[in-house]
Amino acid sequence: MMIKETYAVAANDMSVAGDVSASIKRQMKRLGIPNQIMRRVSVCTYEAEINLVIHSDGGEIDFEISEEEIRVHVRDVGPGIPDLEKAMTEGFSTATSEVRNMGFGAGMGLPNMKRNADGFSIESEVGKGTDIVMTFNI
Amino acid sequence: MSETYLHSVSLDRDKCTGCTTCLKRCPTEAIRIRHNSASILHDRCIDCGECIKVCPHHAKVALTDPIEIIKNFKYAIALPAPTLYAQFQGVHKPEPIIAALFRLGFDDVFEVARAAEIVSYAISKALREENRPRPVISSACPAVLRLIQIHFPALLDNVIDFISPMEAAAKIAKEEYAAKHGVEISEIGAFFISPCAAKMTAVKAPIGQEKSYVDGVIAIKDVYKTMRAEMHKGFEPLEIERASAVGIKWAVPGGEADALGIKSSLCVDGIENVKNVLEQIENARIRNLMYFEGLACVNGCLGGPLTVENSFVAKNRLRNVMNRAEQKTVQRTRIFETACETLRMTEEIEPNNIMQLEGTMKERIRMSERINELEKSLPGLDCGSCGSPTCRALAWDIAHGYANELNCIFKLNDRISSLAAEMVSLGASTRFNTLQDTARLKEMQEELGRDSENA
Repeated sequence: MMIKETYAVAANDMSVAGDVSASIKRQMKRLGIPNQIMRRVSVCTYEAEINLVIHSDGGEIDFEISEEEIRVHVRDVGPGIPDLEKAMTEGFSTATSEVRNMGFGAGMGLPNMKRNADGFSIESEVGKGTDIVMTFNI
Repeated sequence: MSETYLHSVSLDRDKCTGCTTCLKRCPTEAIRIRHNSASILHDRCIDCGECIKVCPHHAKVALTDPIEIIKNFKYAIALPAPTLYAQFQGVHKPEPIIAALFRLGFDDVFEVARAAEIVSYAISKALREENRPRPVISSACPAVLRLIQIHFPALLDNVIDFISPMEAAAKIAKEEYAAKHGVEISEIGAFFISPCAAKMTAVKAPIGQEKSYVDGVIAIKDVYKTMRAEMHKGFEPLEIERASAVGIKWAVPGGEADALGIKSSLCVDGIENVKNVLEQIENARIRNLMYFEGLACVNGCLGGPLTVENSFVAKNRLRNVMNRAEQKTVQRTRIFETACETLRMTEEIEPNNIMQLEGTMKERIRMSERINELEKSLPGLDCGSCGSPTCRALAWDIAHGYANELNCIFKLNDRISSLAAEMVSLGASTRFNTLQDTARLKEMQEELGRDSENA
């Protein structure tokens, strides 16, 4: 028994950023996922969603819940991350000053996701896109 | 839970036309329209009074106590909410209002604004001395408290654990009266003169306390006319201890944080707005915030459903009242110092899981999946014609057996069209008079009748 929902995230539209993580949170609340887990999943999905809006050319978030775990699969269609190691370093950011002025792009996104998830894997190829899988034990 | 949970907000079935106005405005999706009439899901209602304010037929009412209730006690003390001071045109000070309360038959009057000053002192001391999760959330608005219990249980730890000024007023007023006149506390009744429906529920089914100190809640609108008449008769000088502007401003949005002297505070009024901002707080998206004051009504208590005056006019008038009042809290050390301990809540505030699915994780997942599927099959217009507030809510209701798919007029329309089309084609084929066709035609006519009845 498993729930799987796929949400599309469009690039560049900051006004809708947060909608997907809100839908995911609504699902979790309805299911009675413990607050502490819900909070971590919310942080991660929100960061992922913002990343898709700011950095990617658009992508999708899969959200799956089974009895054992929550799995969030984030994938985009480009542009890909040239130096993954750098991107995973706290404080490193390629965000434009415009985005930074909005309070985003502090270089905490990916490290924050890794810290909050129980399982975290990332693959990226320049010109193709980025693929992130995060898991959370229930 | 529904047996013990009393609600102030209720429905006058004779006046309800089954329109969907209240349905769409309820912040906890606690209303359904069934059989041409609204009904309230009591486990979900937080008594915010939105439905009372928007109902064009005045079919939503708040149950409060009649003024006669004060006769049940040997001694009766009135606890006027500061909002009362803004209700009377041409009256810009509390004195004639307080005097009118004495003439209604009260033996004493204790301003809730005075208790607000004491509570302010206790809270600000606790904020300075104790380490708490930020932002600290005000406990003053009972509808917001219940909203947090239902929608934001993760934030319950942030709620300040002091009783409301109304409760503090009742407690202190009784203690002072008993000491001064040498009577038993049990002989004294304390009655809140209220702008707020949720306060009634807060008294009957208190949060954070085992039992309320308040013995009755009387609506401002119910005593307005008599008070108005009494006020014209003039008044003697008052011999009660008075509140300052610091306490009175609790009635205005932002007044509480102001009284606490907190700079980094955020005040939000209007229940939908409160819900949105609490969502942001829950997602840790508002940083460096010390204090959050959420008020269910637009313009705070001045916008309460039991008030008489327009809340914007009232806000202006209350400013005049505050300007004329003492500007600083007059502190009596003993009360203020003991308050820090005696005004604490004694019970935990429990979450209310009514919006969660029931059963094992496996069952919940199965149910959730079913609701998602149902939701996708619905038009997503949230028109409310089915009697549920949104398509998602209808999906929940169908999955739980409280509604069926044909409650959706779009689904019903599809069904009727397809049945009608089939009837036309069968009607054409009856020229060949097959018995099967006639039987099917009859069956379909019956089915159509049933469907429209169901809907």
